Order: sequence, then structure tokens, then C-alpha cells
Amino acid sequence: MADKRLTEADVVAELRDGMTIGIGGWGSRRKPMSIVREILRSSLRDLTIVSYGGPDVGMLCASGQARKVVYGFVSLDSIPLEPHFRAARQNGTIEAMELDEGMLQWGLKAAAMRVSFLPCRAGLGSAIMEINPDLRTVTSPYDGQVLVAMPALPLDVALIHANRADARGNGQYLGPDYYFDDLFCRAAKRPFMSCEQVVDTDDFMKLGTEQTLKISRMLTDGVVEAPHGAHFTHCVPDYQRDEAVQREYAASAKDADAWAAFRAKYVDIPESDYRRLIGATE
Amino acid sequence: MSSDATLAEVCVVACAEAWRGDGEILASPIGTIPTIGVRLAALTFEPDLVYTDGDAIVLGAPLPVGAPPEAARIVEGWLPFGHMFDIVWSGKRHVMMGATQIDRFGNQNIACIGPWARPKAQLLGVRGAPGNTVNHPTSYWVPQHSTRVFVEQVDCVSGIGYDRAAAAGPTASEFHEIRRVVSNLAVLDFETPDHAMRLRSVHPGVSVDKVGESTGFPLVVPDDVPETRAPTDDDLTLIRDLIDPNGLRNAEVPS
Repeated sequence: MADKRLTEADVVAELRDGMTIGIGGWGSRRKPMSIVREILRSSLRDLTIVSYGGPDVGMLCASGQARKVVYGFVSLDSIPLEPHFRAARQNGTIEAMELDEGMLQWGLKAAAMRVSFLPCRAGLGSAIMEINPDLRTVTSPYDGQVLVAMPALPLDVALIHANRADARGNGQYLGPDYYFDDLFCRAAKRPFMSCEQVVDTDDFMKLGTEQTLKISRMLTDGVVEAPHGAHFTHCVPDYQRDEAVQREYAASAKDADAWAAFRAKYVDIPESDYRRLIGATE
Repeated sequence: MSSDATLAEVCVVACAEAWRGDGEILASPIGTIPTIGVRLAALTFEPDLVYTDGDAIVLGAPLPVGAPPEAARIVEGWLPFGHMFDIVWSGKRHVMMGATQIDRFGNQNIACIGPWARPKAQLLGVRGAPGNTVNHPTSYWVPQHSTRVFVEQVDCVSGIGYDRAAAAGPTASEFHEIRRVVSNLAVLDFETPDHAMRLRSVHPGVSVDKVGESTGFPLVVPDDVPETRAPTDDDLTLIRDLIDPNGLRNAEVPS
């Protein structure tokens, strides 16, 4: 029986320059931030990031490691506009593929189904068709309906963060929304999951119902135990968003010095120091 | 009718009215005043509306806006984002979104200002606007009506208007409807032969000329423009005591 436990460094050692990396969560909610920080501490570059974006996207823009971002939105929720992402777009330092939120889901679904596209209504008539000149429509062979042919968005790697997992790679959500984490894993060649706590398989049903077991071990190649691993995004019910640290992060988009200071304080340190810094008990 | 209603409360009622007649569909408000509006509509004239706490919980009874996550609530259902998209694509939804820019045929922009390739100001991105507008009724809420918002041409069409829906063909237009635009000055709709934006009502104390001056394109203005419905005493009690006891509405539309 496989024990899939890894560290953040083990996961990042599997990544390569130029890879397409899907990141689960939504906005500033349950993002695998400890793995994102580990990527920032690495020399990886030219990454394509696919995300319902939050500070994961912003940090990888700020570090210069994202070459391209595929997104429906990028937001910090309580701070609606993600300042590092904004700076990257406005300075032209990233390539962008902007999609309707549902189209992004459909692109992941197509990749998960191993088909080259899925038809959808969303996108018709909007700027999406102009800013993504490679997008095509398809005519239904049954009734002539014209639909957008949303291309598959296959991922080299998916990174998600769960509330609980077992060592075999089953994941459990205890909050109200699992977002699209299962879909990110299905669309990826190598899916990795961090979690607040690795528990015995037998403990899952003490923590929640069967419906909370959304991630099967068939979907994960590795499990990282990362307490407060989603911090400063929220990971309910384990913790709410740390609005103070998020504000500090947002303010660090002011200039290069501010970002360097944020980075030195919160990123270029071991995760154990990070947890002490934010007052999390070991 | 009550005479001491604030402008914010008039706006709440105007937003609520956008969902009148919708019945048992998901009402999705973006912003504080539209959220109060949905809960008011559900408590008064549109009791079958389905609405959430802003996250994945479908509420069985209205919760005060801004209630902390730990506040008790009646849960009647579960609506994670994945299910939300299913509902969008099924059409059983009416959303009221914001608009950084909107034009006379209801094309809306929340994505960026300036050319998309190298925006002067990157905003949210198109979010769900392209899919919303081709799948189910969409309304907009504009807390600061000005010529910066109501423009001749939007920079990046996120939600599509009537002209572009027609040009994109029947798959784009068959379920397309821009129901209302509610602003801090007026209520607007598209009930004209060519679906150009029309002044439906002005809020108390606002002149037709003021709305025209604050709009960057010629509005269709009927001979008689009624005043926006004033909140009833019952509306005001529900807004002030139950739905928004902390007055969050006043941060979005100051008196």
C-alpha cells in the first residue's frame, strides 16, 4: 500500500520550467499557498498558471515565474482587485488567456475527459471571442446550433489544498465548497494535494459525511501535510482568511522594495518559521 | 408609502423590483444593495426566490447582510460553485452584476479599462458575465451613475448587450435578456423597439435632465417618466430592523 506523503520541496522537485500548473481553490479561498511559496523559493520559470485566481496567481506574477495565466478572474475577495496581477497585466509582463468562469470549468472538464473540446453557449458575442483569436465555434450536426468549442486545458500538474487527507492520497473537504479541485486533479498528469492534517483513513467518517470525500487516491500522486498551508487564504472550518496579512500582501504591490520586504518576511523562510510568524501553534 | 426613506433604501426597493415575477429561480445579487433587495423581495412580493448567503449555503430565511460566518442561519440547500454553473447553464437564474462600463444596448465591462492586450487598468476579468448574459436574465447595479460608467462604447465586452447578442446568432440571443439597470439616480430598461436603453423611472428628487447629463449616450426618454416606487413602511421596517440592521447600505449609497 502506497504511502504518498511528501514535503513541499518534494513536490516542487517534480516541477519543470515551462510546465502548465493548475491551482485549485477559488479567489482567496483554500489555495495551496505553502506549495506556492515553495515554488517562489525555487528557480522555476516560464510557468503557465491555470486558476480561479487569487494570491497564488498574484505571487507568481510578482516573482516573475508566471509567463502565462489562464483565468476567469483574479481576486482577493475582500480586496476585489489583485494588485500584483494587475501590475503584471498593466506592465505587460505576462501573457493572458481570459475566459468566462464556466468556460474555464469546461476546458478542465474536456481535459479530464480526454476530448479536445466541449461545446458551450458561454462566450458567444463577448470579447472572449476577440481576445482569444484561437477560439472557434462548432455547428451541431443535429440541429445547426452554433456553439463555442471550448478547447481542453490539459495540465501537467495540479496543486490543491484539502482540510484532511490520508497517507494514501484520499482527500476530505470540511468546508461548504469543494470548488473545482477534483476537476483540476482529473485534468492533470501529476496531481498533488496538500492538507491541514494527515489522518488515519478510519478517521474520515468521524470528521464528516461520505459526501466530504471528494478526492479519491486515484486522483493524487502525493500528499503534503501542511498545517495552515492555505494561509493567508481561508480554509474553513479550520481557519478564516487572515485579512491583516492579506492587506500587507496587497500593499506590497506598491513597488519593488515593498514586495522584496514582504517576500523576505513571509516567503523566503522555512514553513515552520512561517507558522510561528502567523501565530499558529505547532 | 413612506416619506423618510433614504436614497439607499429607494435603491434597495428598485433592485428588489428587478426580480418581481421571477418565481422559483436563483436570485444572485452582487453587491450590498442588490443583496438587501433580493432578501426584501423574498420577504414581500416574491416569496419563492431561491437565494444564498453569498457562499454555498441556500438560505431558508433571510439573514442580515454582513452577518459573520458563525451566525446561525436556516439552511435549505447547498450550492457550491460547480452547482452554480449548472444552474447558470440551465437558465434558472437572474443575476444582478456590477458594471464598470455599460453602453446603450447593455454591453457591460468589468474586465479592464483601455485596450485588453495592455490595459490601462486591469479590473476583475470577465468573470461569469459572458455566460450569464447568454443563459438567463441579467440586471446591473451602478452605485455611482456617471458618464464614466454609462459610455458610448465599453472597452471590453464582458456581459453582452442586445446588439451583439443579435449579431452572434440565435444561440446567443434565445435566452438573452437584460432586465434592468438600477443606479443611484434612476431605473433603466431596454423596453424599446431596438432595445436601446430607456429611462424607466427617476428616484425621488432626481430630474430627468440630471440623468441625461450623467449618461454618456442619448437615452430613450418617454414623455412621462414616473418616480421610482418609494419603499412602503413595511419595506423600511424589514430593511432597517431585519435585513440590514447595521446600515451597510449607506456605505454603498450615502445619503
